[in-house]
Amino acid sequence: MMLRSRLTQAAQAAQRAFSTSPKAMAAKQMTVRDALNSALDEELARDDRVFLLGEEVAQYDGAYKVSRGLWKKYGDKRIIDTPITEMGFAGIATGAAMAGLRPVCEFMTFNFAMQAIDHIINSAAKTFYMSAGAVNVPIVFRGPNGAASGVAAQHSQCFAAWYAHCPGLKVISPYDTEDARGLLKAAIRDPDPVVFLENELMYGTAFPVDDTITDKDFVVPIGKAKIMRPGKDITIVAHSKAVETSLLAAAELAKKGIEAEVINLRSIRPLDTATIFASVKKTHHLITVENGWPQHGVGAEICARIMEDQTFFELDAPVWRCAGVDVPMPYAKTLEAHALPRVPDLVEAALKVLGGKAGKAAAAAK
Amino acid sequence: MFPAGPARRLLQRFAHSISGALPRPQPAKEDPRPKEELRYVRLPKDFQLHLLPQMTGPDLIVPLSKVDALRYYRQMVALRSLETAAANLYKERFIRGFCHLYSGQEACAVGIRAAMGEQDKLISGYRIHGWAYMMGVSAQGVLAELTGRSTGCSGGKGGSMHMYGKNFFGGTGIVGDQVPLGAGLAFAGKYLKDGSVALALYGDGAANQGQIAETFNMAQLWQLPLVFVCENNNYGMGTSSKRSSSNDKYFKRGDLLPGIRVDGQDVLAVKSATKFAIQHARDKGPLIVELETYRYGGHSMSDPGTSYRTREEVQRIRAERDPIKIFQTLCFQHALISQDELMELNNQVKAEIKAATKAAILDGEPSLPDLWSDVYSGPYEGPLRGAIGDDLEHLRLPKKSTN
Repeated sequence: MMLRSRLTQAAQAAQRAFSTSPKAMAAKQMTVRDALNSALDEELARDDRVFLLGEEVAQYDGAYKVSRGLWKKYGDKRIIDTPITEMGFAGIATGAAMAGLRPVCEFMTFNFAMQAIDHIINSAAKTFYMSAGAVNVPIVFRGPNGAASGVAAQHSQCFAAWYAHCPGLKVISPYDTEDARGLLKAAIRDPDPVVFLENELMYGTAFPVDDTITDKDFVVPIGKAKIMRPGKDITIVAHSKAVETSLLAAAELAKKGIEAEVINLRSIRPLDTATIFASVKKTHHLITVENGWPQHGVGAEICARIMEDQTFFELDAPVWRCAGVDVPMPYAKTLEAHALPRVPDLVEAALKVLGGKAGKAAAAAK
Repeated sequence: MFPAGPARRLLQRFAHSISGALPRPQPAKEDPRPKEELRYVRLPKDFQLHLLPQMTGPDLIVPLSKVDALRYYRQMVALRSLETAAANLYKERFIRGFCHLYSGQEACAVGIRAAMGEQDKLISGYRIHGWAYMMGVSAQGVLAELTGRSTGCSGGKGGSMHMYGKNFFGGTGIVGDQVPLGAGLAFAGKYLKDGSVALALYGDGAANQGQIAETFNMAQLWQLPLVFVCENNNYGMGTSSKRSSSNDKYFKRGDLLPGIRVDGQDVLAVKSATKFAIQHARDKGPLIVELETYRYGGHSMSDPGTSYRTREEVQRIRAERDPIKIFQTLCFQHALISQDELMELNNQVKAEIKAATKAAILDGEPSLPDLWSDVYSGPYEGPLRGAIGDDLEHLRLPKKSTN
């Protein structure tokens, strides 16, 4: 009976993640793309100081159609196509924020933001501190981040750890529609620089939404993680698309009688350690999942935080990281698939961490 | 001293034929003060114009009142004294790290400031002690920032390169960053329709930064109310402009942007050019003003400034092109300042800088909690990590933000 209910849960999780067919779900659906689009639309309507600039955001309707229709609605003044000149327009956006506007600076992908990282860190993140509180910089840097599909090394990289390293920034990594809508609205309203890391592969994924999520004042608080699926045996912490992998792995583990608790970080900086610690106190086991590289990554930071906390003594086994393979992203399909942590990897890591307990759980489930 | 009426206009036209300047409004309309206090000065050096029609460009004959003369002189002397004090504090080891002096370039800051409106915004690079002073920070605020005191204009957290004031956005330590940021200030002015113009200052070294070329393009494309000001002091650190720039005519580097080359040692020329440029930026779009200037010191205090240029060169400029001496001579020629007034101003400045220096030494260091304050302007949802634990609660100090 237990197993059956878990299988149902797993199926639901998989469906939630993959189904784009309206008839598959009775509830109202919204894609991550539409979530971002509606969040932008509402914040543009709410505050005249908000404007969007970036490459192809206006007449082209956005390289990934996130800004679709906004130029027609808000015009040249507020939806601004830039030349392909990341450092320049990121600097201009930052300067405009210093002077009191609230720019949303879109990078076609965060890979290109490497050309502008100086302004993100040196100009946006540090100015409030350097000026002893005289000049704040209310800006959102947003765009797709992390591996897309078949685009090779220069276009497949996660920058969560890079930006989360830097005080003065807030770093958001949404997973689903609720995250995307609520967190983008929160980011735009925040008086400080926010790096908002979207995932191209999630743009087209639809999730059920209710009236709360579609409300124009729906805001998800920055710095709070969300428990996507409760469980008592092991905690899986992930962000962005890796949340999907984690939910699928949790469904697989459920088949083995293991109840995994899946935490969606939502914010990388600040990092909601309280939610992670509370979960670990319950499950005594933890694996971290990210599509970025392992060294000095998000998982590494979580390990460190736990070791420095009393939570360390709650662990029954070492924490294990599941992360992108320590290589530049290859192009070929099979290699690419194996360059990111997959469901079997997560299951294997979880079983390894659980050790003998996994066998006991499986026996109990039978 | 300048003839009035038809004779003056005739002379002005003659001046234009040399310079390409258009007739200007009657000076009496610009300045309501009694005429006898005003002098009309023909700038000794013509402006070089680029992509500006003949017969346009900044005024070559400029009014100068006694009040303004006294002010410019006092300001230039104050900037010089401020940097002398900074150099001494550095040598006495009260100043740490970087310390880039403005000595020799005073006419640039004073001339630009004189032309700026109250609403106009400015951002510069790392050589900004003088600029902070010109934008309303007290001498004590500047020097105490250099000595890292809590009374410094950035609470001791910014140091030499990070000072801010009303409409003054620093203070950037990354060469070239200030130019797109300045374009952002201009963008905001245009967006908010507040009539403000932004000035982005950079040096001949920064002029080769890619982001400046990017900004030239976008400023022109979007017609931002922006004045690019290249303070060309001939050396980017120790590399002369001839050795760094295939085209060292920096006022011509903006593609479609008009440009003006100005004697940056002549405060009145800088003021005239900036006044023209601000008006142009507001009405017709962005442009470049290149100020030919010179720094007496090395790039920073750690650079004696003698390996890449000769002592004779520095001495020659000090003797022949010193902005304070040039202006002083002009004021004497036009009987605008007496020897007594000059002495009085010098003494005033001396006392001001002396008091500021004393305070900069005696004032207290920032309190320890300042270390973890003002990282964010809004709430930060979590602790900041101290050296050995997540034990710091982020603080906001009671200080007004500009936004």
